[in-house]
Amino acid sequence: MSEPLELFTDVLVLGGGPAATWAALKAAQAGADVVLADKGYCGTSGAAASAGTGIWYVEPDPEAREKAMASREALGGYLADRRWMVRVLDQTYEGVNELATAGRYPFPVVDGRPLRRGVQGPEYMRRMRILVRRAGVRILDHSPATELLTAADGSVAGAAGHRLQTGEPYRVRAAAVVLATGGCAFLSGTLGCHVNTGDGHLMAAELGAELSGMEFSNAYAIAPEFTTLTKTAYYSFATFYREDGSVLEGAGSRRGRSVIARALLREKVYCVLDRADAETRARMRRGQPNFFLTFDRLGIDPFTQRFPITLLLEGTVRGTGGIRVVSEDCATSVPGLYVAGDAATRELICGGFTGGGSHNAAWAIASGTWAGQGAARYAAALGRGANRRPATGAGGAGLRPTGTPGTVAHRDVVAAVQAEVLPYDKNYLRHGDRLAPALAALHGVWREVRAGLHGTGAEAVRTRQAAAMTAHARWMYTAALTRTESRGMHKREDYPDQDPAWRHRLLVGGLDEIWTRPDEVAPVGPEEFAALGSPGLAGASGAYLRAAS
Amino acid sequence: MIEIVSRERCIACDRCVEVCPRNVFDRGADGVPVIARQDDCQTCFMCEAYCPADALFVAPLAFPARPGSPLRDEARLAAAGLLGGYRREIGWGRGRTPGAKFAVGPELPATPPPIVTTVTERTEIGEGIGDTISDEVTR
Ligand SMILES: Cc1cc2nc3c(=O)[nH]c(=O)nc-3n(C[C@H](O)[C@H](O)[C@H](O)COP(=O)(O)OP(=O)(O)OC[C@H]3O[C@@H](n4cnc5c(N)ncnc54)[C@H](O)[C@@H]3O)c2cc1C
Ligand code: SF4
Ligand code: SF4
Repeated sequence: MSEPLELFTDVLVLGGGPAATWAALKAAQAGADVVLADKGYCGTSGAAASAGTGIWYVEPDPEAREKAMASREALGGYLADRRWMVRVLDQTYEGVNELATAGRYPFPVVDGRPLRRGVQGPEYMRRMRILVRRAGVRILDHSPATELLTAADGSVAGAAGHRLQTGEPYRVRAAAVVLATGGCAFLSGTLGCHVNTGDGHLMAAELGAELSGMEFSNAYAIAPEFTTLTKTAYYSFATFYREDGSVLEGAGSRRGRSVIARALLREKVYCVLDRADAETRARMRRGQPNFFLTFDRLGIDPFTQRFPITLLLEGTVRGTGGIRVVSEDCATSVPGLYVAGDAATRELICGGFTGGGSHNAAWAIASGTWAGQGAARYAAALGRGANRRPATGAGGAGLRPTGTPGTVAHRDVVAAVQAEVLPYDKNYLRHGDRLAPALAALHGVWREVRAGLHGTGAEAVRTRQAAAMTAHARWMYTAALTRTESRGMHKREDYPDQDPAWRHRLLVGGLDEIWTRPDEVAPVGPEEFAALGSPGLAGASGAYLRAAS
Repeated sequence: MIEIVSRERCIACDRCVEVCPRNVFDRGADGVPVIARQDDCQTCFMCEAYCPADALFVAPLAFPARPGSPLRDEARLAAAGLLGGYRREIGWGRGRTPGAKFAVGPELPATPPPIVTTVTERTEIGEGIGDTISDEVTR
């Protein structure tokens, strides 16, 4: 092992997807010196780079905006906050337009007007990388962070990690840190998400940050069996069949997905996109060329030939839970620590429903922008020399075991966690009788992890991933057991109805001992919003939390 | 999973080594990258998109293809026009127009539209290129 690389900066951004690149760009534009460290390669890494995304891009026309805000409110169980929807829509509109002009993203033009409601992943992220580099950001690729650093007062002071291609450890000392490490898909194999193991959530929790909405963490996506291609939009044109060729009644890409899950527990399910006419088929190919990669390479005509499908867990990637946001600039409860994209909860705009298809991508742009600017302001306020504060590593599980190091292997930990979170009858089709033993098993895994999981160098990256997934799963199921009702994507067979008493967000936190409590900030639905006189939330005024009391 | 680095086509530019988000490749002694950690591959196709020489092939499976699979047969895949296929589809490379410019998908229906095509023989994955999927993967 060589000497650690040590860098000093104002703002350190962890991650390399949309949220991280918007944060880095905006922090740099605000005058901060910025370092971005990504686990993979900034430009190809993360869910958006390989998948591509529809974006919640809505013209600033009052009627269109109202319709957009109302679209997922009921589905999300009215847990969202319209004040955040207003500002996310505004910021996304501005950001996407900047991507078109400064970023020169080649949006299609239809009838003389640019169409900016979606991006292809490789093109989007290639251009974001260029923008970030031009802004003077120093990029560390293949450099996963394994722990945050803290100053004596408990504020965040940087991060440490490992450079996979040079084999050297690194430390970045910073005045402020933006966590944009994505959600957690538990290495289920969903497109582009092997990097998304919830590392940021663990690192934040180790500093005392809270999480929110972790019960809304069971998004599952359709893919042809044995593949990773979880592009689901075009299954709106599908019919689902049983092995014997009869139609699987009630199955659908949207509302009927649980029917598919139930069927998959007993039998194979097949699919054919037999509802797409010639014109639709041609448009699909232009719209999402990656959707066809599997079919073309395997010699399947998806429009006329049945192919077997599966459902892959996307956890908090297309689920909505994540690190709690406590102010308009996406600060967390840890001083100096900001959060953006899928690492943060997206309940503020999605409630308990998925943010896939449009909201998540918008949130990554908007929250990235605010977190980057907020971190730059925080760093400026701390002043020069803040990044020279004495800083110590805060990582626990997987790095600094409390017992004999090496008593458990990261592969076994991952397998044990997957056995509790991937099965449809545990995580998708939820019931207290199945959740409780699953959670107990996960607590057991955690105890082993905490006592004996250990790695150094590149191995530490893997032990930390395993620890992060274990913690994630425990927050998920603790919240899922606590919320004794069905709301949003969280459906309990033992509590099938939505319970008005539960119309609040649920916070969860802790590592060895996990706690929950209701969020003191109430959701702002259409009625509350109107009663407030339809205000916006602007700047870092703290109005968001103050409005709570 | 990444299955092929074509020795014939590769121009040893190291682009794939740099861009693979899972750090699957190592630089080879002779300049041609080696697939050093196939287990880590997440089947995201990004390396293919960036390879300027159409020298890579990612089989669209979450598991390695079996030895002798057509998905490992470079000549066959090249003949089928599948090497460099993704790069072509997204319009990357000299003289091409970015596919993003034409990426206008169909409007998604709120409820499924009527069935308009007739289902032909049920196909197991992989049949179109010779075998069935369960034979295709090793796991
Ligand atoms: C198949 C699929 C389709 C989707 N389609 C849509 C859609 O149409 N519309 C929509 O709104 N949303 C969609 N989503 C969700 C959307 O992709 C995400 O919300 C978006 O990518 C979030 O951006 P992000 O930057 O937060 O996370 P990501 O894009 O996932 O990026 C996370 C980044 O963090 C890095 N990272 C992870 N751990 C570490 C660490 N320890 N140290 C350093 N870096 C780390 C990763 O390498 C990666 O670069 C889709 C998701 C999937 C999987
Ligand atoms: S498919 Fe993705 S993960 Fe696999 S080698 Fe290519 S770039 Fe790397
Ligand atoms: S990107 Fe293509 S040409 Fe360049 S080294 Fe890799 S395989 Fe060879």
